[in-house]
Amino acid sequence: MSIVPAIRARGVVKRFADLEVLTGIDLDVARGAVTCLLGPSGSGKSTLLRCVAFLEECTDGIIEIDGEPLGFGLGPNGERMRLPASSIRPVRSKIGMVFQQFNLWPHMTALGNVAEALVTVRRLSRSEAHDRAMAELDKVGLAKRAGHYPSELSGGQQQRVAIARALALEPRIMLFDEPTSSLDPELTGEVLNVMRSLAETGMTMLVVTHEIGFAASVASKIVFLDHGRLLVEGAPGDVFGKPRHPRIDQFLDTYLDRGAAGLI
Amino acid sequence: MTSLLSYLTGEDGRNILSGLINTCILWVIGSGLGAIFGFLIAVARRYGPRLIDYVLQASVEVIRGTPFLVQIYLLYFGGPYLCLSLGEASACLTLDPFEAGILGLSVYGAAYYSELFRAGFEAIPRGHVEAAETVGLDRWQTLTRIILPEMTMLVLPSMVNMTILLLKETAVLSIISVKELKFQVDIIGNRDYAFVESFTILALVYWALVEICGALGRAAERRLSRYRFAHS
Ligand SMILES: Nc1ncnc2c1ncn2[C@@H]1O[C@H](COP(=O)(O)OP(=O)(O)O)[C@@H](O)[C@H]1O
Ligand SMILES: [Mg+2]
Repeated sequence: MSIVPAIRARGVVKRFADLEVLTGIDLDVARGAVTCLLGPSGSGKSTLLRCVAFLEECTDGIIEIDGEPLGFGLGPNGERMRLPASSIRPVRSKIGMVFQQFNLWPHMTALGNVAEALVTVRRLSRSEAHDRAMAELDKVGLAKRAGHYPSELSGGQQQRVAIARALALEPRIMLFDEPTSSLDPELTGEVLNVMRSLAETGMTMLVVTHEIGFAASVASKIVFLDHGRLLVEGAPGDVFGKPRHPRIDQFLDTYLDRGAAGLI
Repeated sequence: MTSLLSYLTGEDGRNILSGLINTCILWVIGSGLGAIFGFLIAVARRYGPRLIDYVLQASVEVIRGTPFLVQIYLLYFGGPYLCLSLGEASACLTLDPFEAGILGLSVYGAAYYSELFRAGFEAIPRGHVEAAETVGLDRWQTLTRIILPEMTMLVLPSMVNMTILLLKETAVLSIISVKELKFQVDIIGNRDYAFVESFTILALVYWALVEICGALGRAAERRLSRYRFAHS
């Protein structure tokens, strides 16, 4: 029996009106490993991640999470069909998502942000939710900031709260969409460190990032997207090592001055 | 010239006080209902079918595009001609001045409040709603736990503004003989030909009410200021 990947995408197409943003993506994301999704701006990385999180419905193709189809499945004659809405929630609950813009809720404290879904979705009591949320904040080093509102936290701290908020729901898979791209350089480190320790716990992670150093050292697989196509995939050593695909050369020229040259 | 203060005692004082109380009742109920209707209009336009959006949009435009004075005349004097018959039974929109005043003020306020709420809905970053979706909140939970509180904080300053404008519009209701503050002060002014005195009193009382409303608004804003959007 073959091992079922955490995420399995087959023939995923996404069109916005006339614009074909994803042109048929086949992708396997292995369990318990970090997969980094690289590619130039506008290549469709966010769109792919958003399809996996079901924030967008893909136009064609099938996405499976832990072997279970998300939103669309195959009918008896192998045709693509929409699955009942009730089937979506349990599959979706396996996924946690972290956004470039943090997206913390400004009217809740750090603790409130983390505890919210524990109370409203998981139906934990206030005190249970409080304890769980505190434990998650502690893991990202922010237990002392639990009572602060997002406006009172630095960008790096906000992103760590956002990670804690996603982790509190015990997802099987974590998606990160450029988690450090809106942070000052001196704040990216604290977020990447949290992600590194999360990777060490064996969390399955699919990470869109321009931090080549992080990708090269933490990922077990690199996927390179270009114009909505999956151009190259493989181990970091193979993708970054020579000889390189010319598009990757070009891409590295743009991003390598981020202090990552020594890691490759 | 009679002293200003003499009007604040005795019979005149009592009449002014009762006018003030009526003004406050009209104002509080009118803006309260206006805000509730306005909110419902904004929700219906955002989440309801396209047709409802068009109908409400047109109604809002008409109300915002005509003077309150004209609207209140039409409602009070034209209302009785607006009849609805169901078989034998029929009912007409015949209102006493006070009812017409409250209804008119609520409808007028609702048109403006609905636009504020609509802008508030638009101003909430989409990502905040998507974050709620990814942690499993359903649409209702997202509305009540995320969208409404965030919107309250965004629209509060303009709500205070609009509520102050509505207070000043209550003075218009004297033309359909609602016994509010301006109506009472008019009587005194006409009786004694003391227009400067009576209108000075009027201005001071409205101004005091506006200041109280503004102070309450600022206190509420201060409480909410910690929630201001985190820059990102
Ligand atoms: N909701 C949308 N409507 C229309 N076009 C979109 C939408 N979202 C993304 N796009 C387009 O899809 C392309 C890929 O976007 P995106 O997935 O955000 O790229 P990346 O994350 O790799 O920078 C871009 O050309 C973008 O303009
Ligand atoms: Mg992107």
